[in-house]
Amino acid sequence: MSEITTSGPSDSALEIAAAVRAGERSAVEVVDAHLAQIEAHEPAVHAFNVVMAEQARAAAADIDARVAAGEDPGPLAGVPVALKDNMCTNGVPTTCSSKMLDGWKPPYDATAVERVRAAGAIAIGKTNLDEFAMGSSTENSAFGATKNPHDLNAVPGGSSGGSAAAVAAGFAPLALGSDTGGSIRQPAALCGVVGLKPSYGAVSRYGLIAFASSLDQIGPFTRTVADTAALYDAISGHDGRDSTSIPEPMEATVPHLDDGVAGLRVGIISELFSGELASGFEPEVLAQTRAAADALAAAGATVDEVSVPSTIYGLSAYYLIAPAEASSNLARYDGVRYGHREDGAANTGGMMTASRTAGFGSEVKRRIMLGTYALSAGYYDAFYGKAQRVRTLIINDFDRAYADYDVLLSPTSPCVAFPFGAKSDPLTMYLNDVATIPSNLAGHPAISVPFGAGRDGLPVGVQILAPMLKEADLIRVSAVLENAAQESAA
Amino acid sequence: MALLDRLSAVSEPLSRDDVAKVAGLAMLELSEEELDTFTGQLAAVLEHAKDVEALDVADVSPTHHPYPLVNVFRPDEVEVTDVREAALDAAPEAEDGQFRVPPALGEEP
Repeated sequence: MSEITTSGPSDSALEIAAAVRAGERSAVEVVDAHLAQIEAHEPAVHAFNVVMAEQARAAAADIDARVAAGEDPGPLAGVPVALKDNMCTNGVPTTCSSKMLDGWKPPYDATAVERVRAAGAIAIGKTNLDEFAMGSSTENSAFGATKNPHDLNAVPGGSSGGSAAAVAAGFAPLALGSDTGGSIRQPAALCGVVGLKPSYGAVSRYGLIAFASSLDQIGPFTRTVADTAALYDAISGHDGRDSTSIPEPMEATVPHLDDGVAGLRVGIISELFSGELASGFEPEVLAQTRAAADALAAAGATVDEVSVPSTIYGLSAYYLIAPAEASSNLARYDGVRYGHREDGAANTGGMMTASRTAGFGSEVKRRIMLGTYALSAGYYDAFYGKAQRVRTLIINDFDRAYADYDVLLSPTSPCVAFPFGAKSDPLTMYLNDVATIPSNLAGHPAISVPFGAGRDGLPVGVQILAPMLKEADLIRVSAVLENAAQESAA
Repeated sequence: MALLDRLSAVSEPLSRDDVAKVAGLAMLELSEEELDTFTGQLAAVLEHAKDVEALDVADVSPTHHPYPLVNVFRPDEVEVTDVREAALDAAPEAEDGQFRVPPALGEEP
């Protein structure tokens, strides 16, 4: 196993920002150190579709000039951030790792991108993903897979595999990803970093290229829990350009980092831990989940198992709802206004069909067809309509569990990082998302925190789930787990 | 009894013809080999979804959206929204400030 996670810059985002704001370290030097790490190891990892070296150096010089002039460039001053390549960046190619959008340069920035820049962070590149965020391994990228920095023969997870790998490999202390069914949390778990899916509506989706609009959410990847809290606080909050953005002010999470878990009620989700579904999970993953629960109990929390029965229907409901919404969202790619156009067709309809056929990869086509079928006359009620009712059942079950528990706990992924090609059957790949999907269907926040190692010494992530807008509780629990994991590794 | 007919139809396995029809609706062209592969794969996913199909949820209301927001309005303020040039810059083909496409009713030569 070859790994490169121990090399390169290891300072946290908050350490870097403190030094840059105090004038002790220049942002240009910070960016150069990360670009050097990228130059050395990116050929082996392939985390990026585009490295924005020149733009990053220019932005860093600007931060340094502002510090020299006595200004405060913000809480993330001078910190490199990697951006999943499904977030629009003004004048910088944004491809969704699809041939369909190869070469397209958006004329505007996504709100989340604007906000990290406003906080002083420096965009250092656009990261690889499964095409249009559809997948759990980045093997569906039209530009080649990303490798896991812990084991270059294993997948980094997906769909935000490039963002997770960039953070794990020391290419950037911060990254943004998007999570529709686990696409932040699962790669975070497989790459040994922290990944947060915020509550639906907590972070603006303006400028995030749509996959499944009622499920998509942007969130942070970092190496420390404190950095995740700081990045979430920087990007969350209302945005008038996203009509699904929650108007009420978001609670800051940074002040809760040291709250501890004394008296907190933690429920381990039975269905994802001891039930039939979990019998297929790797034993080391379940053992680390148990160890995480024990660590929380040792820190003063009360821990029990709790049943959330309808979580077992989450996977089926998700693979009806997400493709249905995707089939509608991806109807816009027709070769007329932007994106790939296939030449030579005799008429407009033929051009559209030829362009879509050439521009989309197999997984995207599979999901478009599944969604088109699930929405077609005669099947809508039985599939899409029913899946939306299952969504209500899941929300009701979570509400019942949260009457007795403050947060819930489960494994993030059934397994650690797996070899390339190991899950070539689509349904087998979809089963990866079984523990992460329920949060997306409910709209609730959830986080994956590294906790020990599993098979072949590869990282394990445990997932904490909380009710709507309780990100602060996720952060306080995660901080305790981070400490416990470091102590047991020492 | 149209509903019953439809529900029983759902339980029938997905056919190759269904996939060909759906591909046409989605404006995708599939090779014979792709049709075979996709039919098997999509049928497997729909088979897995039978656990949802079998649930009695008639009394449960659907969730369209996880956070109840209604009537989302912004202030009615005049803004400059002239992005025609920027939008056309990204087009595969443009002419006279408009998107250009092949003839709508063009036929194969």
